[in-house]
Amino acid sequence: MERIPILKIGDVLLASIQIDLQDRDVLALQEDLAERISETGAHGVILDITAVDIVDSFIGRMFATIAATSRLFDAHTVVVGMRPAVAITLVELGLTLGEVRTALDLEKGLAILAELGEQAPR
Amino acid sequence: MTDPSAREDIPITADEDVVRVRQVVRAYAQRAKLGLVDQTKLVTATSELARNTLIYGGGGTATVRLVTEGRRQGVSARFHDEGPGIPDTELALTDGWTSGGGMGLGLSGARRLVDEFELDTEAGRGTTVTVVKWSR
Repeated sequence: MERIPILKIGDVLLASIQIDLQDRDVLALQEDLAERISETGAHGVILDITAVDIVDSFIGRMFATIAATSRLFDAHTVVVGMRPAVAITLVELGLTLGEVRTALDLEKGLAILAELGEQAPR
Repeated sequence: MTDPSAREDIPITADEDVVRVRQVVRAYAQRAKLGLVDQTKLVTATSELARNTLIYGGGGTATVRLVTEGRRQGVSARFHDEGPGIPDTELALTDGWTSGGGMGLGLSGARRLVDEFELDTEAGRGTTVTVVKWSR
């Protein structure tokens, strides 16, 4: 099993997924992120899936769970870099991502988080 | 089939075997010249089915093959387990129905992502699911 590194940029946590995800990697990421959010008080989480070539229902559910958990710590989650073929497949699979926001790339993802941070004074 | 590389059997007994199935199916889909979206759909469907084999079937085997029909090429993937089987297949193929902790999209979602889908199961006799995706 490989640990997905979590980087901190300002008050945003960034996890860039560069491996073929096993179910247990996914669960570990979920736990690691919850811990890092509570440690750092980050207000945003970015999941970069530029390198991910499939998202099945288990992986998609992980995104939704991470987003829901983040909300409990007053943080928002944005998934960035979804490949077109992955997006088409997700829709056909029938998967909705719950509270997860999506953005085309990292830059737009950070912009969404900045906007969400301004809307809710903290 | 005489070409031995036109078929591969993958035992599914652990988490990493699900990833292995995805990789083998991807390689076969490329050999069958499936487009990128069709490759992604097939790999996603087989990921769901491999996980079902592992979790609900208690493990089993995936068999991936190149198939041809006239001028069309395709990939067939068969998932076999000797687990408890599925007592009510109609229910199991309903969106949102789950017997485990999942979202209930595994079987029904996988069926939507492929061109052919065959489910052969009986309570107590195990489950075999075969899917095919054709190049266009």
